[in-house]
Amino acid sequence: MLVRGLTPLLNRIPAILCACCAMLSSASAQSDLASRMKDPGQWPMAARDYANTRYSELDQINASNASRLQLAWTFSVGADRGQEAAPLVVDGTMYVVGPYAGPYPNRVFALDATTGELKWSYAPKPEPAAAGVACCDVVNRGLAFDNGKVFLNTLDNHTVAIDAKTGKELWHTKLGEINKGETITMAPIVVKGKILVGNSGGELGVRGWVTALDENTGAIAWRAYSTGPDKDVLIGDDFKPFYDNLKGQDLGVKTWPADRWQVGGGTVWGWISYDPDLNLVYYGTANPSPWNANQRSGDNLWSTTIFARDPDTGRAKWAYQINPHDLFDHDEINENVLVDLELNGRPRKVLIHPGRNGYMYVMDRATGEVISADAYDFVNSYKGVDLKTGKIIPNEEKTPLVGKTVENICPSAPGAKDWQPTAWSPRTKLLYVPHQHLCMSFKASQVGYIAGTPYVGADVDMYAGPGGYRGEFMAWDPIARRKVWEIHEKLPVWSGALVTAGDVAFYGTMDRLFKVVDAKDGHVLWQFRAGSGFIGQPISYRGSDGQQYVAILSGVGGWPGVVANAEVDPRVRNGALGFTGATQDLPFYTAGGSELLVFKLGGANGEDTSHAPSK
Amino acid sequence: MRLRNSCPGIALGFLVGLATTAAAASDRELRVCADPNNLPFSNKAEAGFENRLATMVAEHFGQQVTYTWWAQRRGFIRNTLKAGRCDVVMGVPSGYDLVETTKPYYRSSYVFVTRQDRHLDLSSLLDPRLHHLVIGVHLIGDDGNNPPPAQALGDQGIVDNVRGYSIYGDYRQADPPARLIEAVESGSLDVAAAWGPLGGYFAQHSPVPLTVTPIRDYERFAPQQFRFAIAMGVRKGDDALRDRLNEFIDEHWSEITSLLRSYGVPLVDQPVTVSGGHE
Repeated sequence: MLVRGLTPLLNRIPAILCACCAMLSSASAQSDLASRMKDPGQWPMAARDYANTRYSELDQINASNASRLQLAWTFSVGADRGQEAAPLVVDGTMYVVGPYAGPYPNRVFALDATTGELKWSYAPKPEPAAAGVACCDVVNRGLAFDNGKVFLNTLDNHTVAIDAKTGKELWHTKLGEINKGETITMAPIVVKGKILVGNSGGELGVRGWVTALDENTGAIAWRAYSTGPDKDVLIGDDFKPFYDNLKGQDLGVKTWPADRWQVGGGTVWGWISYDPDLNLVYYGTANPSPWNANQRSGDNLWSTTIFARDPDTGRAKWAYQINPHDLFDHDEINENVLVDLELNGRPRKVLIHPGRNGYMYVMDRATGEVISADAYDFVNSYKGVDLKTGKIIPNEEKTPLVGKTVENICPSAPGAKDWQPTAWSPRTKLLYVPHQHLCMSFKASQVGYIAGTPYVGADVDMYAGPGGYRGEFMAWDPIARRKVWEIHEKLPVWSGALVTAGDVAFYGTMDRLFKVVDAKDGHVLWQFRAGSGFIGQPISYRGSDGQQYVAILSGVGGWPGVVANAEVDPRVRNGALGFTGATQDLPFYTAGGSELLVFKLGGANGEDTSHAPSK
Repeated sequence: MRLRNSCPGIALGFLVGLATTAAAASDRELRVCADPNNLPFSNKAEAGFENRLATMVAEHFGQQVTYTWWAQRRGFIRNTLKAGRCDVVMGVPSGYDLVETTKPYYRSSYVFVTRQDRHLDLSSLLDPRLHHLVIGVHLIGDDGNNPPPAQALGDQGIVDNVRGYSIYGDYRQADPPARLIEAVESGSLDVAAAWGPLGGYFAQHSPVPLTVTPIRDYERFAPQQFRFAIAMGVRKGDDALRDRLNEFIDEHWSEITSLLRSYGVPLVDQPVTVSGGHE
């Protein structure tokens, strides 16, 4: 029923529901996404482009006028939980999605990108159990767009296609089971007519996958698991990993004790990038789970792994495991930014992966070779990366063991950087990195879990790293392999970054400031105090009035923000998986929010700062 | 399980902590936060021992029990007790960080559950047969932190013969944690290492006779605990309710113990270390 050439793996996909596969109007499968990426006026995908640069060619806002930024309009998405989504802007319309909360979970809104006028909204019908059984916060990281359709991932595992003009649902496909702990929080990406979607929920013993759906029908084209036999991982003869330890048959089974791979984690809840020339998509997988480390001896492939895959077939071309036998919950779902660099006198097609583990990986994206891996934050849980073998060098002194108190493990469980995406400027050749600066202690005392009662876990306590600050926004030079400038923040910097051709960079803080800085030296040019803290993704586009706009959602939440917006008791340092210790003063700075904020230049140059009615 | 709007009294809930005994006594409801699908502890049909205990408490207070149902996993306390939707959780580890706990009203142990007809007579964590028997444990996952038996087995290199059963399981099925004990009944496991109340209750209801034995020889795995004291939990600062619950526990110790026995809960006497305390 689905597609030609079904592999046995497809039989395992649970209950594929395609309720409304009627949308077969356009025979043309040619994507218009690539051309939209070339138009600086639009922001057609969460990362703006396939390379995941989050770079806008708009230059109206620059270092000399950024201080004149003003609020143009605002909009509420109506649900005060973590707002991590990137708005999209296509043909003058902005599409934005709210978190899985409030009366209409994961509601989608279409707005006039210039005036903020609401055109339509769409509310998926959630499974009733979802709110009660979902782990963590209930964020959504954004929508996707292609050929007149908006694509939404709901927390309860549906991918939905919506008519971009009318807001009507065209089809939806169920990809996972929330009752088994599986959820979807990532922003989908469309490549060659296929929507690529990955799952979340590793903590609950979910087996990670990425799935490709036909954008016209919602039919599943392929699914690649992150653990298990090669036929499930879509590894075949054309799989050529750079390093020897990744060569061999069924390593996704053999690097685990018997059958542990079946619930082995390696979920795919971060970013996917795409190189059209090499025809490869890139993404990282999450940590192994749900077994404790002493019950999962081995490297636990393909957890914490960067995969390069053929988007047409899903087949893996190469892979590289970042944290074999992960001990620290160091997911490696962080973005892979595709750039071309001149390294040692020769041009290289690389990907830059700011690792959760604190190392900035520069890799050959054709082969999977690690060219360099340098610490970009204070790291003592590892001793570096061996560039000959590609293997990270563990630091035995910092290995958490039951019965052993280990103090001062850096970086902590969320890593030096989590999901919050970086931005790359081809003008400055710098990567702009929002990240946290936290260490943690594993306390040996008082451990145990009582099944059937509320969780009592290991005491994981997080706190500010060396220097006493908890977050940083910095610029990294991947050629010189060093930090160029840095701004310390009191709280983890959990928002995404944006950089533009005006050589200014944007980010938000959890204590409610939206900042514009000079991309060359980090000088703060302007800041705006919003209603709630920022964990969203700034974007930029051109309005129908010719002006450059910048938009971001305000509303703290996510993992570190749970303490602020969900009333975790801030006196308890190890609530929310240890994160409240690091952010226990957050309620002092902010409560939850749900406001989309849109800015443009106003004032001195005589530009119009108000909107005439739009008709 | 639509819970979104089930809390008319958020503001009231936050004030309870400051209320006098008189004000609380005028309250006609004992508002309990509970999992609708988690026997032997609680379920929506109110067939769990925590449901029965809640009824006993309410009768003593001259109140009616009302429930806020929520799956008992990460976010449970946050979305129920702390959200002000309800005022008491009937079973939490004594000293549990996220809540104010009463004095413990029972103490239980992790147990081995086997089929009687196998005559395995297992009780020691150091039993050499554990290297070969097929052993089932519950999987938790949060923080990579599994129940104490999984940890202790791993410490001894006992890995390949250990099978995991998600404590959360498939929530569409009744009492997901029961799958572990059912696997012993069916013979797909030789032995389950389970938390006492789960092992004891499901063994009691098993179609084939099962043996339930508290796990011993755990001392060398310290500080990993195998015995825990269980208390009720209220919002931090709700000292008035905590004190009244403590009074109830003192006055009804023997009824509570009989209730637990009737649910097959293995009770242990020796003092246990309070877990999870952080203050």
